[in-house]
Amino acid sequence: MADLQSQNYIRRSATTMTPPTTRSNVEEVAKLIDVSRCIGCKACQSACMEWNDLRPEMEEFQGAYENPHDLNPGVWTLMRFAEYENDHGDLEWLIRKDGCMHCEDPGCLKACPAPGAIVQYANGIVDFISDACIGCGYCIKGCPFNIPRVSEKDHKSYKCTLCSDRVAVGLEPACVKTCPTGAIMFGTKADMKDWAEERIEELKERGFENAGLYDPAEVGGTHVMYVLHHRDKPSLYSGLPDKPHISAVIGLWKHVLKPVALAGIAFAALGAFVHGIVSGPMEVEEEDEAEARKEMERRAKS
Amino acid sequence: MSRPKDAITRYKTVSRLNHWLTGLCFVLLMLSGLAMFHPYFSWLSFLFGSGQWMRAIHPWIGCLMIASFLGLFIQFWHHNVWERRDTEWVKNIDKVLAKKEDEVPEVGRNNAGQKGVFWAMALLVPVLFLSGLVIWEYYFGHATSIEAQRVALLIHSAAAIGAILVWIVHVYAALWVKYSMRAMIRGWVTPGWAWKHHRAWFRELVDTGSRGPEPNPRNRAP
Amino acid sequence: MTNSWQDIKNADLVIVMGGNAAEAHPCGFKWVIEAKIENKAKLIVVDPRFTRTASVADYYAPIRPGTDIAFLSGVMRYLLENDKIQHEYVRSFTNAGLIVKEGFAFEDGLFSGYNEEKHTYDKSSWDYELDEQGFAKIDETWKHPRCVINLLKKHLDRYTPEMVSRICGTPQDKFLKVCEMIASTSSPERSMTSLFALGWTQHSVGAQNVRSMAMVQLLLGNIGVAGGGMNALRGHSNIQGLTDVGLLSSAMPGYMTMPKDSEPTFDKYMETRQFKPLRPGQMSYWQNYRKFFVSFQKAIYGNAATAENSWAYDWLPKLDVPDYDILRAFEMMDKGQMNGYICQGFNPMQAFPDRGKIRRSLAKLKYLVVVDPLDTETANFWQDFGPQNPSDPASIQTEVFQLPCTCFAEEDGSLVSSARWLQWHWKAADAPGEAKTDIFIIAGLYQRMKAMYAKEGGAFPDPLLNLTWQYADPDEPHPSEMAKEMNGRALADLKDANGNVILKAGQQLDGFAQLKDDGTTMSGCWIFSGSWTEKGNQMARRDATDPREAGIAPNWAWAWPANRRILYNRASADPSGKPWAPHKPVIKWNGASWVGFDTPDYGPTVKPEDSMGPFIMNQEGVGKLFARGGMAEGPFPEHYEPFESPVDNVLHPKVKSNPAARVFPSDREHFGKGEDFPYVGTTYRLTEHFHYWTKHAKINSILQPEEFVEIGEVLAKEKKIEQGGWVRVWSKRGQVICKAYVTKRIKPMMVDGKPTHVIGCPIHWGFTGVARKGYGANTLTPFVGDANTNTPEFKAFLLNIEPTSRPPAIDLAHGPRKAGRSA
Repeated sequence: MADLQSQNYIRRSATTMTPPTTRSNVEEVAKLIDVSRCIGCKACQSACMEWNDLRPEMEEFQGAYENPHDLNPGVWTLMRFAEYENDHGDLEWLIRKDGCMHCEDPGCLKACPAPGAIVQYANGIVDFISDACIGCGYCIKGCPFNIPRVSEKDHKSYKCTLCSDRVAVGLEPACVKTCPTGAIMFGTKADMKDWAEERIEELKERGFENAGLYDPAEVGGTHVMYVLHHRDKPSLYSGLPDKPHISAVIGLWKHVLKPVALAGIAFAALGAFVHGIVSGPMEVEEEDEAEARKEMERRAKS
Repeated sequence: MSRPKDAITRYKTVSRLNHWLTGLCFVLLMLSGLAMFHPYFSWLSFLFGSGQWMRAIHPWIGCLMIASFLGLFIQFWHHNVWERRDTEWVKNIDKVLAKKEDEVPEVGRNNAGQKGVFWAMALLVPVLFLSGLVIWEYYFGHATSIEAQRVALLIHSAAAIGAILVWIVHVYAALWVKYSMRAMIRGWVTPGWAWKHHRAWFRELVDTGSRGPEPNPRNRAP
Repeated sequence: MTNSWQDIKNADLVIVMGGNAAEAHPCGFKWVIEAKIENKAKLIVVDPRFTRTASVADYYAPIRPGTDIAFLSGVMRYLLENDKIQHEYVRSFTNAGLIVKEGFAFEDGLFSGYNEEKHTYDKSSWDYELDEQGFAKIDETWKHPRCVINLLKKHLDRYTPEMVSRICGTPQDKFLKVCEMIASTSSPERSMTSLFALGWTQHSVGAQNVRSMAMVQLLLGNIGVAGGGMNALRGHSNIQGLTDVGLLSSAMPGYMTMPKDSEPTFDKYMETRQFKPLRPGQMSYWQNYRKFFVSFQKAIYGNAATAENSWAYDWLPKLDVPDYDILRAFEMMDKGQMNGYICQGFNPMQAFPDRGKIRRSLAKLKYLVVVDPLDTETANFWQDFGPQNPSDPASIQTEVFQLPCTCFAEEDGSLVSSARWLQWHWKAADAPGEAKTDIFIIAGLYQRMKAMYAKEGGAFPDPLLNLTWQYADPDEPHPSEMAKEMNGRALADLKDANGNVILKAGQQLDGFAQLKDDGTTMSGCWIFSGSWTEKGNQMARRDATDPREAGIAPNWAWAWPANRRILYNRASADPSGKPWAPHKPVIKWNGASWVGFDTPDYGPTVKPEDSMGPFIMNQEGVGKLFARGGMAEGPFPEHYEPFESPVDNVLHPKVKSNPAARVFPSDREHFGKGEDFPYVGTTYRLTEHFHYWTKHAKINSILQPEEFVEIGEVLAKEKKIEQGGWVRVWSKRGQVICKAYVTKRIKPMMVDGKPTHVIGCPIHWGFTGVARKGYGANTLTPFVGDANTNTPEFKAFLLNIEPTSRPPAIDLAHGPRKAGRSA
């Protein structure tokens, strides 16, 4: 996405220096998706295509209302539909707008090896700066929510930008603007959490005892949050992770292997260098040549 | 220095070409791999034109590398069979490093260090190749689960670091042991070099009347 | 809608039955969500499928398609039996106490007066017992056995919860839970809104479905109040406008009715349109019918309509049958009785039942003119598009003219929303290519026909030659000129009782109260009078201020009639004029006049003690639990099975289906039987598409690319149908080969002891456009309509289904099989 907030970075992929952060008076934003108000109309999906000029391939019907059937480089948000029979035997049709969660601790950014290809703005939005993307797909491995998709055409990774271009100029994301039932809200994260509180209280009154806010602490919270009727079982909503976390493997890779490897390489190189300086090269001396000649002659005689 | 008359052939031309192709692949893979491994090295990506080019070419170099390494393996594996004296050599590595080679058992065609490098690479290169396939997004991005890819990424990185460490030992040893480079570039060594570093191999060649790199099988003692 | 979209937020209970508001009206549905959040309202959904609306409902109950009357009759029985009606409202504001004539009867599924041959009723016994002054007799004590409430109780007696469950397949506990929730709104402070759409109207008993709920609402005191009402959610942005301006063959603008051939003179016509009050002191506003009619005639014939020529009454067509509805039109084409067809803004190849018959009928025409912004199936009916449209162009002689026209965004004009709001809109873009406005096209036809009649004479040129046509550009009148005509203007100076001039000749009328029957006013559609006054275009107002957050923004656009946002709002206050629900009043009596947020639907200074009823359009001044002769099939709703139904009518096996519905003999032969077609089919819309338009749009097609049917898991297992697999679905009229969506959202229902499976058929795909090619659900549906409106029975019919293999690629490819296009 267009990089309209290059002085607002709080994180920048594959960068060890402090990124430009001078604009410090920026409030954290969040999108709140109230699943209990969502009617699955896909207006958000079409608004996303309209605003971002995306036209993914028209697929075949595959036995579900999910169309296209998965996120892809042209599908940054997707309504997912889960038919769930609850303990009373009543059907619930749990519809969830899937897309980037904009984690406070973004696994994609952590895993990304291309400097500046993934950034996080001070407002919390995690954005892919596509021009810097090298298409390695590490973001996919870093993401706890299985969101980024690498295009086979241009080998860049894509996902929801939270309409960073709109937000940068004071507009709400396109999906928020278009949502007919107000199921998608946008504002400061604090306000969204307050509003979610009210909604949760109301849901509890309606008998959803386990209603709650999905703002998983495991990834430091997210800038896209859900109000769920069943906060105790997020996975009911088409596999929303119960406890999303950046894979331990990625943590091991990033936090253990990288420093150990660098140290190892440095140590090896340094060790060799010191040894070379101290001991000097292993030369072949004239007497070695003489010994060798002697040996060859002796053999020749016998 | 042109090749002296009594020089001993240590590596045939085909072996040398094979070695340097493998080496070139290794260096390119190492540079591009490091660029994708840690921000400190990301500048290396410009050696390849751009990050995109680097990402695109790295796996293909890997494919070339595995093929090339297979050639080396076929040619060299029998030089690297572990022997009892190799264990002795390893036990006396401090003497080797202190340049007191005379005090360790005589060395054959390859010393234990070289054998170690060979077998380490023989293990790591296929591991790198296979784990690399799993994380090759363009072709195999959908072939395995993301969890498998995460593990493969870790294995690939760890194996690469291992390979780089082995490579550092390999390169340093080649530089430290004078004329080893010439052996791999030009193919020959002086009898004194062979006497000093690979005395058992030297004796074998002399015994069979061979000028290297292999003993002459017709004259081999029964 | 009696109320408005905004007003839904005032509801305490929202019932969506006979519709799928979230799916088909997602934008308006925000007000249901608003009611839930701000008003703690509950939402009930009663539907054969667990719909998108059900996904956000508090309670869902399944129902077999076509059995809503049984369900709602059961609800009414529950309310009466458990005394959950709003007594004072029912007593004062409905005809519960009026006494019905002796001779009225209901027996074995038939009301008195049935003519078996003609399938019609003599309705003379469906009326009140009148006193000497011609007023209906009343028994305030409700003791008289023939007073309406007692007849109603007797009529409903059969609809026990057991019977409802047996007919509808709704489990008894679910039915009773719905009853209990509905009954909670019988208190004066609480209101329920009924949101419905084609799920009720597209039945052979469609009008009675709606009427049943209207009766429930009257019993609960929910009509005329904030957050109440009967709210038809219209399926097009301007379909309300279509009925308002009388685009149905038997209708005239403003809900006046076309003359019949039994009414050869204007006096004869007016005889049955006197609308004398049936109770003392009632307004019976239709008494002004003559004013509306004469003003309309002046609007179309101008100076040529005079008192002497009975306001040009003779120039109006006279109906020789009750209705030249679309079903009849196609029947006539099929019989060779109609050989030309101008098809404007309509795609009958997709939108009307029994597509095979539609195709066959179009092929018998001499010419077909299609005026549409899109390349419709109707315009392409003659081409071979493979199995989806297997036509043989060589054998079809119909000459097809395609006239591309603008769409709403490419022209100025007004749209009438479901809430009766006339909202002006402005042209946003130029039309592509050679597209012209509909007005240009129709005006062009008119000018040419007029020239030909003028030159060549003809059998009866007067109606056309005498049309008044005074527009700045006669070839393309501007929408604002038409809108001003709809409102109407004074043709002479209008004076008040004291002789003061209130409007000069030529000035726009302030409202329909100024209409005259002496030829001094004109108005093209009396109910629109007030929409474009001397103050300007009221439809273009955009002040969204809602003064008391009551869901009424009186300065946003303009609502007919008289900018009234809630119809019958006099009923929001008790007989003494105090609001039933003081926390959400609409209007109240302040001692001198009626005041409130809304324009009173009442005489503004009529005192409460005058006992004038709140339903001022009705002759009796009250809401009708007994419909008199207003409905074709009876004054009380009765459960009749759909024409294709898998079970007998357990109430009266001899009279299975609507006895007053019109069925053409050839179509009756094409009704399937339960033995051959054991499953109940129903058609519906999906959010992702708008009818047959958006399959021409890429984004919509991406969101829902391909034709499918929805079936339950049990049926899928029985038939070995795989998720997303190909199936063949067929009725007696045709077959569809498409994908299957196996879902938990459709479950078999126990109907009269038998499990009954429903197959859901979304309607959106055809053989033109960018979405994947489809057969269209109307390939399957029966050619029969509602007895009153002839709205086709799309919601309940019989099907069979089996798995099949993927069709060959050529059958799925876009475009016609042979080259060649129409002129």
